Amino acid sequence: MFKIKLNIEPRLLPSAGAILSVSFFALAIALLAASLIFLTYDIKPVEAYRLFFKGAFGSWYAISETIKRTIPLLLTGIGLAFSFKASVWNIGAEGQILLGAIFGSWIALFSGIPAPFLLIAMFAFGFLGGAVWALVAAVLRSKLAVNEIITSLMLNYVAANIVLYLIHGPWKGQGARGFAYTDTFPESAWLGTIGSTRIPYATLIIGIIIALICYLLISRTTLGYEIRVVGNSIRTARLVGINDFKIALLAMFVSGGLAGLAGVGEVSGIHHLLRHPSHISLGYGYTAIIVAWLARNNPLAVILTAFFFGALVSGGDALRVSLGIPFQLVYVLNGLILFSLIASERLTSYKLSFQRKNEKERR
Amino acid sequence: MQKRKEIAVAFEGVCKKFPPNILANDYISFEVEKGTILAILGENGAGKTTLMNILYGLYQPDEGKILIKGKPVQISSPQKAIELGIGMVHQNFKLVETNSVIENIILGLSSVPFFEPVRKIQKKIEEMSKRYGLKIDLAAKIWQLSAAEQQCVEILKALYRQPEIIIWDEPTSVLTPKEVNDLFLVLRKMKEEDKTCLFITHKLKEVMEISDQVTILRKGKVVGNLITCQTTIEELAQKMIGQKISFSFSKKKEKLTEKGEIVLRMKEVDALGDRRLMALKNISFEVHQGEIVGLAGVTGNGQRELAETIIGLRQVGKGKISINGVDITNSSPREIAQQGVAYIPEDRQFALVSLMSIAENFRLRDYNKLPFAKGLWFDWNIVLEHAHQMIDTYNILPPLPQMPVRLLSGGNRQRVILAREFVQNPKLIIASNPTAGLDVGGAETIFQLFLEMQQKGAGILLISGDLDEILVLADTILVIFRGEIIGRKKGKEEGWTEKDRTDLGLMMGGVKLESEVKNSV
Repeated sequence: MFKIKLNIEPRLLPSAGAILSVSFFALAIALLAASLIFLTYDIKPVEAYRLFFKGAFGSWYAISETIKRTIPLLLTGIGLAFSFKASVWNIGAEGQILLGAIFGSWIALFSGIPAPFLLIAMFAFGFLGGAVWALVAAVLRSKLAVNEIITSLMLNYVAANIVLYLIHGPWKGQGARGFAYTDTFPESAWLGTIGSTRIPYATLIIGIIIALICYLLISRTTLGYEIRVVGNSIRTARLVGINDFKIALLAMFVSGGLAGLAGVGEVSGIHHLLRHPSHISLGYGYTAIIVAWLARNNPLAVILTAFFFGALVSGGDALRVSLGIPFQLVYVLNGLILFSLIASERLTSYKLSFQRKNEKERR
Repeated sequence: MQKRKEIAVAFEGVCKKFPPNILANDYISFEVEKGTILAILGENGAGKTTLMNILYGLYQPDEGKILIKGKPVQISSPQKAIELGIGMVHQNFKLVETNSVIENIILGLSSVPFFEPVRKIQKKIEEMSKRYGLKIDLAAKIWQLSAAEQQCVEILKALYRQPEIIIWDEPTSVLTPKEVNDLFLVLRKMKEEDKTCLFITHKLKEVMEISDQVTILRKGKVVGNLITCQTTIEELAQKMIGQKISFSFSKKKEKLTEKGEIVLRMKEVDALGDRRLMALKNISFEVHQGEIVGLAGVTGNGQRELAETIIGLRQVGKGKISINGVDITNSSPREIAQQGVAYIPEDRQFALVSLMSIAENFRLRDYNKLPFAKGLWFDWNIVLEHAHQMIDTYNILPPLPQMPVRLLSGGNRQRVILAREFVQNPKLIIASNPTAGLDVGGAETIFQLFLEMQQKGAGILLISGDLDEILVLADTILVIFRGEIIGRKKGKEEGWTEKDRTDLGLMMGGVKLESEVKNSV
C-alpha cells in the first residue's frame, strides 16, 4: 500500500524566486475565486480581467492614472515601513495624510508666501502636520504605555472631522456656493504635472528618492541598526543602551511626516483645494499598511508594492465604469487578491513536498 | 524470586523526527513494570522529554507503538492520556497564575459540578494532600506561591485525575535539597500504592537515590536498561555521556597568591522587584581581579534582580555599587558596559537579536564605534570580516555570518554571546546560569572560556542555580535567599569538600549557619 506523506520543512532563508512564485500562485488563486463571482453577474471572467488590465496599464492614460494612485501610497508606505521596522505600529496614516492636507491648504490659502517658496512651505508644514499628529500616539505609547495601534487609529476619525469642520465652517470657500470645500488654491500652489497627464512629478521624484534614502538609512547606518534592534527586541536594545524612546518617537515622526507629504501632494497636485476627507484620501492610509507589509518593510520594495496597489485601484475604477457593475464588486476583487497574497506569505517560509512512502520500506 | 509483575507501559520502536532532520527518538523500545520507579536518564537533547510528550499525547510518534497494560493504544491527546490513567507533572508549570490552587487543580475536568464546583471538591483534595504529605493553601493564588509550592499544585493536579502512571519531567530542577527529599517521599508513597513513576532527570545522584530501574537515552537511542542497585554512578555517567570522561570537570587552579584589585564592590544595596516589593536587601560583597565568585541559590531568590541592578537595568534603591573604584550607582547600561562589564544573561534571547544575522549580533555592543561605524555609516566589509574571525575563534556552527541567530542551536547561540562579550577583555563578567540547556560537551567549552578569562584577570560573578557548576568554578561562594546574602564560603587550596556542599545546600534552603555569617567580609 502506498501512503503519501506531506512534508513541511522550514526554509532557512526564503529566496527571491520562492517569494515570487508563491506570490504568483496566490494571485492566480484569487483571480480564480473572483471569477466565480463575475460569473454570477453573467460577466466573462476573462473579459473582466482584460478590462481590468487595460484600465491599469492599457494606455498611456491608464498608466498615468495608475501612477497617480501610486504616489500617495508610495510616500505613506515608505513611512509605515520605516515605523514597522522599529515595531512601532502606526495605523493612523489616514489621519496623518489629512493633517498634511490641512497644513498644506492653510499655507496655500492664507499665508501669502510668494510664489517660489509657497510650495516648499506647504510641503514643510504638511510634513510637520502629519508628524506632530503621529507624535501624539508615540508620546502616549512611550510615556504611559498606551497602545499606539488604538490611539493612532482613533486619531484618524478626529482628523477627518477636523477637515469636515474646516470645509463646512471657517474655511468654506466664497465661490463654493452650497458645496463644502475651500476656495481653489492660487496657481502658485499647484504642483506641476508631467505633460498632459495628471501625474505631479515632484511628489513622484520625492517618493523615489525618499525610498532610496530610507533604504540606505535602515540598512547602512548606525541609526538604522538601532531601529532594527529596537524593532526586534526592546529588551535587548535597552541592555546595550539604545534609547528606545527616541527611536519610537523618530519612527512615528518620520512615518507621520511622510504621510503628511502625501496629503499635501493630493491637495496641491490633484484637487487644488481642501475637500471632503474621503475624496482627499481614497483610504490610502489604510492601503499603505498593506503596501508596507507586502514589501516586508523594505522601502525599496515599497516602490513595487505601491505601484501594484495603484494598479489595483485604477484597474478597478475602469472595470466599474466600463461594465457598470456595483463598485463593491471591485472591492471584493481587491480584497480577494490581498487576502490570498497575505495568506500565502507563510508559504514562503516553509517548503512543502510530497513524499511517497512505501509500506515495505518501513523498518 | 519474585513473580514477574504486570507491564504498565511498553514502548515498541517509537520514532519521532523533527524537521529538518533531527531524530529525537530513534526506534525506542523498553518496558516498565507496574509499581516501579523508573528513571529516564539523559543529557539535554537526548530525547527524554520528547518521548514523555508522546506518552502524554502531546506529540504523535512517526512510527512505533505504545502499549498500556499490554494493549496497544493510540494516545491522540492529553485528554486521552488521562483517560488511560497517565498523569504528567510538567517541568515548566502549566498553571493559571491569577487563579487559585483549587481552581487550577480542577481546571479541565469533565466531572466538575456546574454550580459551586470548588466547595464540593475541596474535601477530596484536602484528603488527598494529607495522604501524600503535600501541604498547601488551596485558596492561595498561583502567583503568590514559590516554585516548590507551584510544583505541589502540579502534583495534586496530576494526582486528582487518579493516574496509574505518572510522568515526572525533571521535577527537582526548581527545588532545594530539602524539598527534593520531600518530593521523594511522595514518590515512595506512590510506589507503595503500586503506581508506576517515570522520572526524567539528568542528575545522577537522584537516579541512585530514588529509582528502582534506569533507562538511559543518548541522542534519541536507548543505550542502557539497568537495575539501579546493580550499577554505579560512574557507570551511569559514562553511559549517559558516551565517552570515558573524568566524572567531574576538574578545574586547574592557578594558586591565587594574592588577591587582585577589587573590580566590583556592592555596598548595602537594596532594590525593588517587578512587583514593587523588596527584591534585594542590604547586599554587600566584592569581586576581585582574577576571582570567580559563585552566587548560589534556588532560582527566583533575587538573582535576576541582582544582575540587572549591576548592569544598570534596575534602579538601586539604597546603597552603592562601584566598578574599578568608579561609582556607577544608577548609571545607564551603556556607561556601565563601558567600564568593561560583560553580561551573560540566562535568557539568551535577551542578549541576542534573534532575527538578525550572526554578524550583526557580533557588533551589538560596539555598533556605533570604530571600526564598525565611521560617523553615521557603518562598514559591512569590516562587520563581515570581524564575524568570520569570531566564528573561527569560537568555533560557531554553521560558520555563516549572514545566518539569523534564531536558527542556531543553544550552544552556538551561547558562544555567539560569549564571543561578543569577551572579545574586549572585560574586567568584570556577570554570568547567569551560563550552561543552562547545554550538553556536557557544550558546558565544558563554556567552563574553559570562563577560566581563560579568569587567567586574563577578569573578575567573574557566576550566578547559578546549579550547585555543581558553582563548586567546579568558584573561588568564593555566596548564597542568596529571598534577596539576602545569607552565607559565604571562601575557597581553600584543597578545593570544596562534601561538608561545604551540605552547608551550601542547607543555606540554599534558607537555613542560616551562624559560623558562615560571621566569617563574612
